[in-house]
Amino acid sequence: MKNDFRKMEDEMDRLATNMAVITDFSARISATLQDRHERITKLAGVHALLRKLQFLFELPSRLTKCVELGAYGQAVRYQGRAQAVLQQYQHLPSFRAIQDDCQVITARLAQQLRQRFREGGSGAPEQAECVELLLALGEPAEELCEEFLAHARGRLEEELRSLEAELGPSPPAPDVLEFTDHGGSGFVGGLCQVAAAYQELFAAQGPAGAERLAAFARELGSRYFALVERRLAQEQGGGDNSLLVRALDRFHRRLRAPGALLAAAGLAEAATEIVERVARERLGHHLQGLRAAFLGCLTDVRQALAAPRVAGKEGPGLAELLANVASSILSHIKASLAAVHLFTAKEVSFSNKPYFRGEFCSQGVREGLIVGFIRSMCQTAQSFCDSPGEKGGATPPALLLLLSRLCLDYETATISYILTLTDEQFLVQDQFPVTPVSTLCAEARETARRLLTHYVKVQGLVISQMLRKSVETRDWLSTLEPRNVRAVMKRVVEDTTAIDVQVGLLYEEGVRKAQSSDSSKRTFSVYSSSRQQGRYAPSYTPSAPMDTNLLSNIQKLFSERIDVFSPVEFNKVSVLTGIIKISLKTLLECVRLRTFGRFGLQQVQVDCHFLQLYLWRFVADEELVHLLLDEVVASAALRCPDPVPMEPSVVEVICERG
Amino acid sequence: MEDDAPVIYGLEFQARALTPQTAETDAIRFLVGTQSLKYDNQIHIIDFDDENNIINKNVLLHQAGEIWHISASPADRGVLATCYNRTSDSKVLTCAAVWRMPKELESGSHESPDDSSSTAQTLELLCHLDNTAHSNMACVVWEPMGDGKKIISLADNHILLWDLQESSSQAVLASSASLGGKGQLKFTSGRWSPHHNCTQVATANDTTLRGWDTRTMSQIYCIENAHGQLVRDLDFNPNKQYYLASCGDDCKVKFWDTRNVTEPVKTLEEHSHWVWNVRYNHSHDQLVLTGSSDSRVILSNMVSISSEPFGHLVDDDDISDQEDHRSEEKSKEPLQDNVIATYEEHEDSVYAVDWSSADPWLFASLSYDGRLVINRVPRALKYHILL
Repeated sequence: MKNDFRKMEDEMDRLATNMAVITDFSARISATLQDRHERITKLAGVHALLRKLQFLFELPSRLTKCVELGAYGQAVRYQGRAQAVLQQYQHLPSFRAIQDDCQVITARLAQQLRQRFREGGSGAPEQAECVELLLALGEPAEELCEEFLAHARGRLEEELRSLEAELGPSPPAPDVLEFTDHGGSGFVGGLCQVAAAYQELFAAQGPAGAERLAAFARELGSRYFALVERRLAQEQGGGDNSLLVRALDRFHRRLRAPGALLAAAGLAEAATEIVERVARERLGHHLQGLRAAFLGCLTDVRQALAAPRVAGKEGPGLAELLANVASSILSHIKASLAAVHLFTAKEVSFSNKPYFRGEFCSQGVREGLIVGFIRSMCQTAQSFCDSPGEKGGATPPALLLLLSRLCLDYETATISYILTLTDEQFLVQDQFPVTPVSTLCAEARETARRLLTHYVKVQGLVISQMLRKSVETRDWLSTLEPRNVRAVMKRVVEDTTAIDVQVGLLYEEGVRKAQSSDSSKRTFSVYSSSRQQGRYAPSYTPSAPMDTNLLSNIQKLFSERIDVFSPVEFNKVSVLTGIIKISLKTLLECVRLRTFGRFGLQQVQVDCHFLQLYLWRFVADEELVHLLLDEVVASAALRCPDPVPMEPSVVEVICERG
Repeated sequence: MEDDAPVIYGLEFQARALTPQTAETDAIRFLVGTQSLKYDNQIHIIDFDDENNIINKNVLLHQAGEIWHISASPADRGVLATCYNRTSDSKVLTCAAVWRMPKELESGSHESPDDSSSTAQTLELLCHLDNTAHSNMACVVWEPMGDGKKIISLADNHILLWDLQESSSQAVLASSASLGGKGQLKFTSGRWSPHHNCTQVATANDTTLRGWDTRTMSQIYCIENAHGQLVRDLDFNPNKQYYLASCGDDCKVKFWDTRNVTEPVKTLEEHSHWVWNVRYNHSHDQLVLTGSSDSRVILSNMVSISSEPFGHLVDDDDISDQEDHRSEEKSKEPLQDNVIATYEEHEDSVYAVDWSSADPWLFASLSYDGRLVINRVPRALKYHILL
């Protein structure tokens, strides 16, 4: 073991010396090779330099070649590589020459690039490449921005021009959907590309560049909007809402992309605004349409009323006309609601905008369209009451009656139905105050009341005029003994009956005072003539001029004052009572302005008795008719210098015969 | 402030004609003409004693016939004109005449009302307004500010201007004009404007109002279809020269500016039957009185179209600052047209209303049953206007 170790030690020592020798040799070899190595390294460096120099020397020709071949990218890369060196060694004349050459070529390159850029034959991506290269060539970015935008403007303006051409002076342009499609793909798409390229290229420009782009987009956008609005304006008259809504949807949808890119330009807001405006105008258009429809209905009714009656038929079917008008208006309202409902459909891109969720539903549709229409309907109806030609010739009375019933129906049912329908379709969910149903109903009721009152006045006037003419034009002093009821009285009764029938078609009967029954007719005539007797009997005796007054005054004490033109209720009896009151009061006033001979008085007596026989059945309180007719006879007696009344029995006989 | 109760006076006969004694400016006196076909007609001279609230009457017989219209001379308290019916040979003629009342009645006598009826005196006929050519005299109006020598009468479709000569004992037809046109045109009423030197007269026929120049007797304006139906009466605003009021069978009272004849300035629709009479108050033209055959008299305050739309203008000189301040405050109050009062004392149609010529706060109304009611403007309103 020990031996081994010693051996080992010896060997180790030998190894060490060997190693030292090897090291020594190696060092010597290195030393000898060192020189060579350095030379090789130098040679390699020279080689590289020479290659670079060669590149430099070849650069002008290469560049020229690249330019000729159109490999602008390559050229720009070469130029980029050489630029720094040339810059550095430009003090050396040879390099100077190369640089000059390069500059000339680069200038040409830049020019060519710009040329291409300007020619604009190529699409936006190539355009973008050009800009990229130009930027790499160190062209001023601002100028390039301008130029880029100016170029883009050129193209976009072309799009706009083509859109404008579609608008054209000739109306039958492509439909609005096609138009917005064109605009969307052409202009808006182009704008998107420009904006994207711009943002990519000129991102380094910072906010100033973005602002420039925004201004650019704003300007062109506004021109585009102007065109779209012009097109949409042409659409206002049209009836097809679905097409319009689809077009608006596309329009709005298309503008969301650039909207995201160009938030600063506010294109999306502007687009929403346009859509809102169009929606508003649409509402206005529908309101107009509803009004026109209502007026159209009225015209139809007028024509139906004016049309010559079918022989044997009792006038036109008023109830039928009313039903027609009501259903036609209702269907128009429903159609309008359905049409504007398209604006709020889920799939439409703008339906979730706050305007369409809130204001459009409540203020636009409910208030503007529906309430607005009902109001305007009431107004139109009321305007028939205020027409300056009060002689009643302007509006046929039947129309007044029909309108009044229509308004009353609206008050009782239709208004709440329509408004419920609206509220259901357009879930109104904002805080705008809306007109309550009750207010609208009150307005409709007031309209109905005014119309009916006006109807009473007009019809009353017609009968009044008849009675008045009959009293005014007759010579009552030299009239002959009455044999007949005068024709005009028969006419009055006939007309009253006709009015009764007419009103009965639309209005309920109403209440009468209980005392009236068929059996009362007989007793009534006896009672009334006996009272007449009592009233002007004293006037035979010249000693008592006071008595007539006294009697009539006492009688008046117990009777209520008669309001001649009093408001009417919504039933037949009330309407007829109003008309008869007006007519009889006219008769009274006219009689008081005349002087009667004995037979004149008797004629009045006969006439009044005849009216009594037939008019009581129409009124709410027959006492009223008695009272007024008594007054007429009493007044005639007063206006008669020789009052000898006819025997009641004779009066009755004449009346029954006539 | 309690208002005085109305004073009521009953005539025995029907009556339509009422006028204040225009020339009388101190005592409150009205003339009423009756309508009776069987008895002698009368003119009641009604004196109202404002302090004691008592009516004194004197009765004059008017035997010529029943009186349809009466008007008093603005210059002579004793002179009046009537339109009356005369029935002869089963024909009715409406004539007009100028009368003089007995001297002692001119200024009213205060004998006890009981015995006056027994000693009824008769009117002295001054002259007839000769109507041989024209049968129906609708009304007679005196030149309002004049010396009582000029009157206009309306007969059928003629408008006649008369000169009264020889202390009214002779009427000479000065000039006349007539309505042309189809149909039987008939004047219903007329008024003489107190403006423009009394050269204008307005008339009503059917639904039309017309203005006439009395110098040339030619038409100066025409309001067609002023009312929907017959126009019953009209009156000039005494303080605003182009304004006039009209009323008619359409139950309306309309106010017109005669320079614009297409539209009324204002329309009132308070009555429920024909309006027979409309009268402006002589000094406070916002007070308008109307009478109707709905048996009501309505007093309206038409301040917005009156000559004092901002209330009474107070002179600055004679009021203290405090008062000045107060009046300023008052002028700020919104002045609105409204109905002041509806008088329901009548039970028959009211055919005539008129203001007293002496007391601007007092008026009379007459209904067909012969009831004359004297009423006053409510005190509160009176003081509101005056102060």
